[in-house]
Amino acid sequence: MQWPSEMNTTKTLISSKISGQLGQYGLLVAFLLICVALAIISPKFLTVQNGLIIVTQVSINALLAFGVTFVIITGGIDLSIGSIVAVAGVVSASFAHPDSYPVIVPMLMGLLVGVAFGALNGWVITRSNVPPFIVTLGTMTIGRGLALILSKGRPVSNLSDEFNFLGGGKILGIPTLIIILLVAFAVCSVVLRKTVLGRYMYAVGGNEPASRASGINVSRVKMKVYVLAGGLAALAGILLTSRISTGQPNAGEGFELDAIAATIIGGTSTTGGTGTMTGTLIGALLIGVISNGLDLLNVSSYYQQVVMGVIIVGAVVLDSLKK
Amino acid sequence: MPNPILTVSNLSKSFSGVRALHNVQLALHPGEVHALLGENGAGKSTFMKILIGLLTPDSGEIWFDGEPLRANNVHDVLKRGISMIHQELLTVPELTVAQNIFLGREPKRWGFVDEAKLNSQAETLLQQLGVDLRPDARMKHLSVAQMQLVDIAKALSNDAKVIIMDEPTSALSDTEVQTLFGIIRDLQRKGVAIIYISHKLDEIFALCNTITVLRDGQLIDSRPATDYTPQTLIAQLVGRTLESLFPEPNISTGREVLRVEKLGQPNKFEGISFSVHAGEVVGLGGLMGAGRSEVVQALFGMEPHKQGRIYINGQPVQIHTPQDAIRHGIGFVGEDRKQTGFIPALSVRENITLICLPNFTKRGLVHEPNETVAANRTARDLNIKTAGLGQRVMHLSGGNQQKVVLGKVLLSKPSLVILDEPTRGIDVGAKAEIYKLINQLTSNGIAVLLISSELPELLGLSHRIVVLAKGKQTAVLLREEATPQTVMQYAMA
Repeated sequence: MQWPSEMNTTKTLISSKISGQLGQYGLLVAFLLICVALAIISPKFLTVQNGLIIVTQVSINALLAFGVTFVIITGGIDLSIGSIVAVAGVVSASFAHPDSYPVIVPMLMGLLVGVAFGALNGWVITRSNVPPFIVTLGTMTIGRGLALILSKGRPVSNLSDEFNFLGGGKILGIPTLIIILLVAFAVCSVVLRKTVLGRYMYAVGGNEPASRASGINVSRVKMKVYVLAGGLAALAGILLTSRISTGQPNAGEGFELDAIAATIIGGTSTTGGTGTMTGTLIGALLIGVISNGLDLLNVSSYYQQVVMGVIIVGAVVLDSLKK
Repeated sequence: MPNPILTVSNLSKSFSGVRALHNVQLALHPGEVHALLGENGAGKSTFMKILIGLLTPDSGEIWFDGEPLRANNVHDVLKRGISMIHQELLTVPELTVAQNIFLGREPKRWGFVDEAKLNSQAETLLQQLGVDLRPDARMKHLSVAQMQLVDIAKALSNDAKVIIMDEPTSALSDTEVQTLFGIIRDLQRKGVAIIYISHKLDEIFALCNTITVLRDGQLIDSRPATDYTPQTLIAQLVGRTLESLFPEPNISTGREVLRVEKLGQPNKFEGISFSVHAGEVVGLGGLMGAGRSEVVQALFGMEPHKQGRIYINGQPVQIHTPQDAIRHGIGFVGEDRKQTGFIPALSVRENITLICLPNFTKRGLVHEPNETVAANRTARDLNIKTAGLGQRVMHLSGGNQQKVVLGKVLLSKPSLVILDEPTRGIDVGAKAEIYKLINQLTSNGIAVLLISSELPELLGLSHRIVVLAKGKQTAVLLREEATPQTVMQYAMA
C-alpha cells in the first residue's frame, strides 16, 4: 500500500514543479518571442535608445507593481496607488523649488505622504470588516482630491536641478530610473523571499485563520504591506515628477490598473498566497514591450487598450486552466 | 401495515478506500417517524446525502413510491417528493417567506413572477401548517424556529412524501420544539413519512415509531421504538469494545500545567473548571454543540471569554490572542485542519517552521539551512511521508497534513498541547500513529487536552474526562469510572 502512494506523491511533486517552472518560463519565453518578433518587424526596436525608452517607461509601473504584488499576495488589493503617485508628486514638487530646501527634503516629504496613505489604508482595513477594494477605492478618491487641493488644481513647476536629476539624470551613462528600479527589485525580492515578513505575507494570503492560529499578527502584516505599497507608490510619484519636472495633480490616473495587470500577468494569484517579484518584473516588461511595439508599428492608442485588455484576461484564463 | 414508500437495500459507499456505508437497509412507511441514530462519523450524513441525490452510491438500490430512484440529481429527487430540512438552514435572508418557499418554482404570468399568486399559495400552505406567519415577511426578520417552519412549508409545497429532518431542534426553545412536534404529528396523520436525525433521546422516544441505529457505516439494528429503553439504545449506539489501538497511557503524571476556573462566555459555555497535569491526557467529552471547541478556542485566544481565570504553571495569565497562548507554551491543533491548520500553498518546511520562524533567522533574514535541519528532524520524528520538504502541503494525504500541523505545533516546544478532533477524516493507520504520538508526548511530560467525538478514542487515551452538555460541565470522570455509558449519560444530561 505504501509503495504506490509514495509513487503518487512523487508524481504530483514533479508535475507541480514542472507546471510552476512552465509558468515562469512561459512568461519569459513569451517576452523573448515578442522581442524577437518586434526586432524583425521594426529595425528601431533593438536600438539602445529604444531599450532605454522601454525601461524608463516600465520602471514607474514596475515600482507600483512591486507594491501591489505584496498586497495581492496577502489577499488584498490597493487601488489608491495611482492617486498616491499624484499626491506624493505634488507634495515633493512644492518642496523642490530652486534654492529652497536640500533635495532630501522633498524626497522625504513625498515618501512620508505615501507611507501615511498606506498606513491609513492598512489601519481602516485591519480595524474594520470593510474589504480592501472599497477602502482603497475611497482613499483613491481622497488622494486625487488632496492632490488637486494642495496644488490648487495647477501643475507645480519650477523645480531645482538636483530634484530633476532624481528621475531624469544618468549615472555612468545609465538612467537613474533604471538603477532605482533594479535596487527596488532586489530589495523587494529579498523582503518577499528571505524575510520573516515575506513568509508571513504568503501565509496570510494562503490561509488567514491558520496564520492567526500560528501566532502571526495578521493585522500587523497587512498594515506593513499597505505601507510598503504606499511608500513604493510615493517613490514612483517623486521619480515621475522629477522626470517631467512638474508635480501634476492629475498624474498617475489609471496607474493602479497597469500595476495590477503587471502583477497578474506575472503569475500572482488574485486570491492571494502565491506570486513572485520576478514574475511581476517580467509582467511589467511584457506590458512595456508590447505597448512600445504597438507604438513603433503605429497602432493607435485606442487599439492598444483593446490589446492590453485581451492580454490581461488571457493571462488569467491561462493561469486558471493550468490549475 | 401499508407498503413502504421508501426501500433501501444493500447501499454501500466508500471515499477513497474508506468505507462510509456498508450494505445498509432501510424501509420507511407512510405516516412513520423513523429515527436515524449514530455517533458522529457513523455514516448518517453520507446516507442522507445519497437519498437526496447529492452523492451517488457505489452499489445498492433505492426504491421510492414503487419505482427505482436513480439519485444523481438533487432537483429530480426533490420533484419526486423527497425533501430535507438541513441543520444549517438554506434560506435567502433578503427574500420574503413566500419567495423562499417557491424559490426556483415561482408561478409566472406573462413571463413575470405572479406575486399575488405566490403570496396566496404561500398563505394557504402556512395555514395548512397552522403557522401564523405573513407570506410577505422578510426571512431575515424571522426566528430560527420560524425559518425552519418555512423550510417545512417549502417541503410540503413540493408535495413531499418523505421529509428528512437533520437535528431540527438544535436551535429551538422548548415551546418551539412543542410546536414543531405538533406539526410533525400532523404530517404523520397526512401520511408523510419522516426520517428524524437527532442525538436527543427524549425527543426520539416522544416522537418516533421506529429506530434505526448506524455504527461505522453499518446497520446495527432497526426496530420499533417500543423495543428500546434509553439504556439499551445507548449501548447499541456506542457498542464496540475498546480496541487495542490505544497504547497504555503514561502513568507518571507531574505538576499542574493548566488550570481553568469558572471559565465562561455568555451563550457559549459557563462554569468550566478543570486542570491538566504534565504527562496527563484530559479528554473533553460531549455531543456536537456542547461547547467543547469553544472552550479550547477560548483557551488558545481564538475566541473570547468574559468570565473565569486561566493559570499556567500556577501563575494567572491573560490569554486574548493566539500569540498570548503560544507565549505561555500552549500548542493548538484545531478541529478543521484545512481551516486553521496549514497553509496549502506553502511547502512542508515552511509550514513546519511557521510558528517559530523568528528563531530561524540570521541578520534579519530567514536562514534556510537551519530551517531545513529542523523540518527534516520533525518529518523523521513524526514519520511524515513526503516527496521532499519542498512539497506543497496541499498535495499531501490527510494523515500527513495532520502530522505537518502537529509537527509545527511541537516545534514551538509547548508544555500543553490542545488537540481538537486530531484524527478526524484520516485513515486507521494514521490514527494509530497519532495515538502513539500522543503517548510519546505525555511520556515527555507534555500535558494534553483532547477533544474527540469518537468515544473509544476519548476513553482509550484520556486519564480523566471532563464532560460538557449544553455549555455546562456535567462531570469529571476518572479513567476507571469512564465507560461509554457514563460519558453518554452525562453528555445527554
